[in-house]
Amino acid sequence: MLDAGWYMSLAAVLFAVGALGLLVRRNALVMFMCIELMLNAVNLTLIAAGRALSDINGQVAVFFILVVAAAEVVVGLAIIVSIFRLRSTASVDELSELKG
Amino acid sequence: MVEALIFILMGGGAVAGALTVVLARNPVYSAMGLLATLFSVAVLYVSHLAHVVAAVQVIVYAGAVMTLFLFVIMLIGVDKSETRDERLPYQRVVVAGLGALMVAAALGVTVFGDFDWVPAAASTVSESATNGTIERVARPLFTEWVLAFEATALLLTIAAAGAVALAHYRGRGR
Repeated sequence: MLDAGWYMSLAAVLFAVGALGLLVRRNALVMFMCIELMLNAVNLTLIAAGRALSDINGQVAVFFILVVAAAEVVVGLAIIVSIFRLRSTASVDELSELKG
Repeated sequence: MVEALIFILMGGGAVAGALTVVLARNPVYSAMGLLATLFSVAVLYVSHLAHVVAAVQVIVYAGAVMTLFLFVIMLIGVDKSETRDERLPYQRVVVAGLGALMVAAALGVTVFGDFDWVPAAASTVSESATNGTIERVARPLFTEWVLAFEATALLLTIAAAGAVALAHYRGRGR
């Protein structure tokens, strides 16, 4: 069995790429994908830790994260679409006020 | 040995996909990169014996969520390319520094750390305890975590209703 640390560092690299993408990109959709990337990195961490600890609850936690991420995507994309209808842009630089 | 090979292949695929998400100019390419990452991570789940979670990852994430993403990308229009000029001063430099720091920390921990953070590590790992069949995952889900399970059901209902409400929202006086 491969040491859990390798999976941890892979997850850390994925998380870093996602976090930096969130900071650099200005397209709301791509920023959203970067959030999904970070969630997946955390899932990988939980699976690896659960195996190293011989605990099935790691997989249960990943299951819950998947469900919450799906709900988040549904609402987030609906918000992006409704913003796009009003402003005709998905760039967060243009969206500097909360007023609809 | 096989696991190391799978880790190298799929880990490389996952990182390549992640970089595609961030670097691609076209949002469709970003979505495809995310898809590659999701599949690679699902394979890593399988090598961790998390079969059910891997299946759910492919069906829900790579299936439903990515379809939704592609729908929205097509709806918003892919031809509008994002302007690449940065309005915040030093943003790129600070982000590059942060990224180098995070990757260096991760690799440093992997190479030099000895992972004492896992209390019962290595010697007592039993493969059967974390063999994630449907039954093994469902048992704690419906006994120990049943309240959280019900809460996620409620959350999904609220999210679906909220998405419909947002889609029908026209705004006052419009």
